[in-house]
Amino acid sequence: MNDKKFTGTNSYIATDDLMMAVNAAVTLERPILIKGEPGTGKTQLAIEVASALGRPLHEWHIKSTTKAQQGLYDYDAVARLRDSQLGDDRVHDIANYIVKGKIWEAFASDDQPVLLIDEIDKADIEFPNDLLQELDRMEFFVYETKELVKARNRPIVVITSNNEKELPDAFLRRCFFHYIKFPDKGTMEKIVDVHYPGLKKTLLKEALEAFYKVRDVPGLKKKPSTSELLDWIKLLVAEDIPAEALRAEDSRKAIPPLHGALLKNEQDVHLFEQLVFLDRRTNNR
Amino acid sequence: MLTKFFFMLREGGMKPSITELLMLLEAMKAGVAGHSVDDFYFLSRACLVKDESQFDRFDKIFAAHFQGIEEAFNALVGEVPDEWLRKQAELLLSEEERAQIEAMGGFEALMEALRERLDEQEGRHEGGNKWIGTAGTSPFGANGYNPEGVRIGQQGSRHRRATKVWDRREFRNLDDSVELGTRNIKIALRKLRKFAREGAADLLDLDDTIDKTARNAGLLDIRMVPERHNAIKVLLCLDIGGSMDDHVRICEELFSASRTEFKHLEYFYFHNFIYESLWKDNRRRHAERIPTSEITHKYGPDYKLIFVGDATMSPYEIVYAGGSVEHWNEEPGAIWIKRLLSAYPKAIWLNPEPEQRWEYTPSVKLTRELMEDRMFPLTLRGLDAGIKSLH
Repeated sequence: MNDKKFTGTNSYIATDDLMMAVNAAVTLERPILIKGEPGTGKTQLAIEVASALGRPLHEWHIKSTTKAQQGLYDYDAVARLRDSQLGDDRVHDIANYIVKGKIWEAFASDDQPVLLIDEIDKADIEFPNDLLQELDRMEFFVYETKELVKARNRPIVVITSNNEKELPDAFLRRCFFHYIKFPDKGTMEKIVDVHYPGLKKTLLKEALEAFYKVRDVPGLKKKPSTSELLDWIKLLVAEDIPAEALRAEDSRKAIPPLHGALLKNEQDVHLFEQLVFLDRRTNNR
Repeated sequence: MLTKFFFMLREGGMKPSITELLMLLEAMKAGVAGHSVDDFYFLSRACLVKDESQFDRFDKIFAAHFQGIEEAFNALVGEVPDEWLRKQAELLLSEEERAQIEAMGGFEALMEALRERLDEQEGRHEGGNKWIGTAGTSPFGANGYNPEGVRIGQQGSRHRRATKVWDRREFRNLDDSVELGTRNIKIALRKLRKFAREGAADLLDLDDTIDKTARNAGLLDIRMVPERHNAIKVLLCLDIGGSMDDHVRICEELFSASRTEFKHLEYFYFHNFIYESLWKDNRRRHAERIPTSEITHKYGPDYKLIFVGDATMSPYEIVYAGGSVEHWNEEPGAIWIKRLLSAYPKAIWLNPEPEQRWEYTPSVKLTRELMEDRMFPLTLRGLDAGIKSLH
């Protein structure tokens, strides 16, 4: 049992509900599923949990072609066939040709590891169902060697999803769930503060205001998220832009400088400029 | 106490399972939640709710249960999500009535007015903790529509106890009960999948290798095959604009679902009916049109053709030259759709309008005849039946 509790780290601000969900998952040794807007730190969470609790981290990044079996093991039949032709001695032990996958690696870890299954929604729609047993019992069977692989320490499994596909109920039932909602201004100030500690108060305030204004523009294809805000602030600091320049009252500079870091496609930039233009016209009347 | 809460959640339309309840109890036993109600709220939400669109509903039921307002529970269950209400209103209102609403500043403004009026009413009944009925206050009254118990409860609960986390109801915007979720659509569309081996040979064909090696007197003869890919090809034609605006959301869902499901998917837009040209980018629909004949040339008959449209228009738009509402068409739409159907023998028409109303719209009947009865409602069952007929 773990006596350590996850309370965020020096570089990661966790809200109360997030801490509760993570601690419940750690205590009960069940998977935790994290959803949320892109760029709100889903993947980062697993990395931070591992470093906060001092556990090894195993990352498994899912692609559209990833199969559940690949996380367990691969049997390299071609290599074995080739070795048999060459008369290699290794060929008699089939275990030589079993390649461990990420889940097996995590199961074999001496310390209780953190296993990140990143962007599970990218894979085929049946992918989560294929992992039910493995994540539930934390064991699987290797047919080639007739060996049962059991987790030495049940890993802390962190699963992230971007909501591209909906996940099956049977899978969801076995997980804790947390939805990282977009941070409010107070939390956001804390987040920026841990990333750029020396930032001038005024610049931070103006930047956040400009940022939330951009987020409030209706109809944006992709609203800027936390990671984009952090990038933007980095640029502002690097370019040494004064806080006053961010204030929108000055009509000539109504568009925030370096807005390319916040808005990532040309339709959004276009829409934004149009709105600013309209706004200016109504103000001048 | 928790069993009661559990069943209240189930009655409230959520689907927590017994495993999830046991998980919650186990976590409580392990002392995860400590002794504060807030902690318990976070923990129970993480255990019992697996979909952020259900958070709002959970918040309401949680509030109702733990504040002992049992009688309010019925009102909560009766509460209808915005989205559903909007859809319902649009279904129930006739064209003129909708025009009237537009004249009043659109649906949003109307709802805003309704909300304000209810706020006033709340003021007069201050101190009471009963939910307020809507009779007589709704601007819909004139239109014969009564959204009883709709927003009234929300306003009341917000004003009365606005401090608790679950009462803030931050997840309200996410609450949508889409009957045809994207997952459902994808599962239905999967039936359309057909696997074929195409492309580079990079997969070991074990059976063939054994066979060839044996024939080769034990000398290894490795055979490779290409990986199996989904070889289904789909042309998707979406009706856009006009009467379809109400259905655009469901169409977008279908579209986003199908995009990830097929390797070859081409989509085109049309307005009301098919004529001599279609377009790919709706914002440049007048500048960049693609001739329909070019499409039939470019994409072979192995493509499956799926139309999505409500087929609701004047019959003239189908049968007469020059009937199109947007431009002068030299040949009637009926001829163009026949050409398309002869180019693509496998074709269906998905109609988001409810099936029972098809009979009463002449243009739907007409389209259905042109499609040789291959028109299906845009529901799971309809999608299933439609896809079966595509095979």
